[in-house]
Amino acid sequence: MRSIKARLHWLDLVIVVLLFLFVGYVWQQIDGKLNYKWDWARVPNYLFRYDDTAEKWVANVLILGLVNTIRISIYASLLAILFGLILGVARTSRNLAVRMLARTYLELLRNIPPLVVIFIFFFFLSEQLISFFNIESWAYAIARSENAEVWTFLFGDMRQFPALISGIIVLALFESAFVGEILRAGIESVETGQREAARSLGMRWSDEMRFIVLPQALRKTLPPLANQFITLIKDSAIISLISVPDLTLRAVEMANSTRLLFETWIVAAGLYFILCFGLSLLFRSLETRIGRRTSK
Amino acid sequence: MTQPNPIIDIRGLNKHFGDFQALSQVDLSVETGEKVVICGPSGSGKSTLIRCINCLEDYSSGSLIVNGVKLSEDNRDIRVVRMEVGMVFQQFNLFPHLTVLGNLTIGMVRVRKMSRTDAEERARHYLERVHIPEQADKYPEQLSGGQQQRVAIARALCMEPKIMLFDEPTSALDPEMINEVLDVMTELAATGMTMICVTHEMGFARRVADKMVFMEGGSIEEIAPPEVFFSKPESARCRMFLDRILVH
Ligand SMILES: Nc1ncnc2c1ncn2[C@@H]1O[C@H](COP(=O)(O)OP(=O)(O)OP(=O)(O)O)[C@@H](O)[C@H]1O
Ligand SMILES: [Mg+2]
Repeated sequence: MRSIKARLHWLDLVIVVLLFLFVGYVWQQIDGKLNYKWDWARVPNYLFRYDDTAEKWVANVLILGLVNTIRISIYASLLAILFGLILGVARTSRNLAVRMLARTYLELLRNIPPLVVIFIFFFFLSEQLISFFNIESWAYAIARSENAEVWTFLFGDMRQFPALISGIIVLALFESAFVGEILRAGIESVETGQREAARSLGMRWSDEMRFIVLPQALRKTLPPLANQFITLIKDSAIISLISVPDLTLRAVEMANSTRLLFETWIVAAGLYFILCFGLSLLFRSLETRIGRRTSK
Repeated sequence: MTQPNPIIDIRGLNKHFGDFQALSQVDLSVETGEKVVICGPSGSGKSTLIRCINCLEDYSSGSLIVNGVKLSEDNRDIRVVRMEVGMVFQQFNLFPHLTVLGNLTIGMVRVRKMSRTDAEERARHYLERVHIPEQADKYPEQLSGGQQQRVAIARALCMEPKIMLFDEPTSALDPEMINEVLDVMTELAATGMTMICVTHEMGFARRVADKMVFMEGGSIEEIAPPEVFFSKPESARCRMFLDRILVH
């Protein structure tokens, strides 16, 4: 076997030099031509600020936005798995009408730009739901009440709850189509022998799904589902357009009010990167660990 | 009571896969407690026939009565029948995500609605019957093929079926494991269970069968008690088939 040596070829050097030239050029454009004044010193204050009355450091807009992004991503993922399960099962249904409905939903989502889908879901669905269930006044009542701590921990500032919840619903509906496809593939990968064994024990369809097919399908689809979770975090930036106070919306506001354009977006990008790359490393190590255990 | 009712009564059964006729005009009746061994060349419809008996395949025409229930499209009837019919597959088809005990109890708990403790007690009883009581907490992949097939037999028995179907239960096994499975099946036969086995293990067939069935091209060519079947079968095809498999 030929070992791959980590020796530098002259082409590698050329690439590095070109890269430096490019970065230098961009830098010069920003610094010189745009006459941009870098001011990194003001940035940390938007991550954490010192609260004079409480006399301690507290999270400021960017970190609050990041925490909201994490909240939204977790809840939206859970909801997307629920919808995705229904879709995935529907896609493998023996009933033609059910299959067609699920297929239509999927094709609609696949062939309409995400932004348009998000606006449609927002105006046609979550707005209606929120006013129908009177969620706004309910959330404000909680925000005013004494023991709002649990709610605040789960959902952040309760006055933003309506926006947060519509963001979650919209994102979950959007991602459910992709989760559904992953789960469909998982369901179809379970051998027919498994289903026949379940059926020959006299199991009804729902038990066969719940106890035999889905547990195996979920186990097989864990890696792609984990990837989809990371994709969802990145996709979540889009819901800032419907005024959901996530990291991106906070970054927009901060960039507008402070004029720290480049700093703000570099920090926002860095925060997203740390979150997503960290998770992807975590999932990868979990995967190898689980793989090692089951291959024993 | 003059004549015992057959527990399985198959009349003029036809089965098509598209244009291909997998079963044609099959007649077979099985009495309670009877052991039937089905053999025949590959593709002759053996699996299709026994899969029809617990509705894993539907049939095209004819009539099929199992344990007094006429099988039709009705879902409820199908489940009633399946609860009384145990099935053992060539590829075992154990549930890989459940332990041996989980494999045995899931049917009792979910279908028979037994309590978990009762189910476990019965599961351990049947594991004893198939001689692997010590494997209860292992996962299927940790067992040998012979052990897996015995778990599959125990899983079917836990439902306390009236009829047991076996579709080439030893074909996927290494030679040294075949006998441990056949022994369990022989013991089961001695308890008076109604059994239909697709198998080419002729030693087992001679020992256990009340009735031998030879299939060819989707129809039954010969039905005879083993004494007649092995010494002077009527059908020439059956004789040729037996000559071929009894050589070794
Ligand atoms: N789902 C199916 N679709 C189409 N044809 C099928 C299907 N299942 C079985 N067949 C065909 O029906 C015929 C009978 O199949 P069957 O499995 O019953 O044979 P068998 O006697 O069990 O053979 P073997 O000894 O190989 O298991 C074969 O020709 C097979 O190709
Ligand atoms: Mg077969």
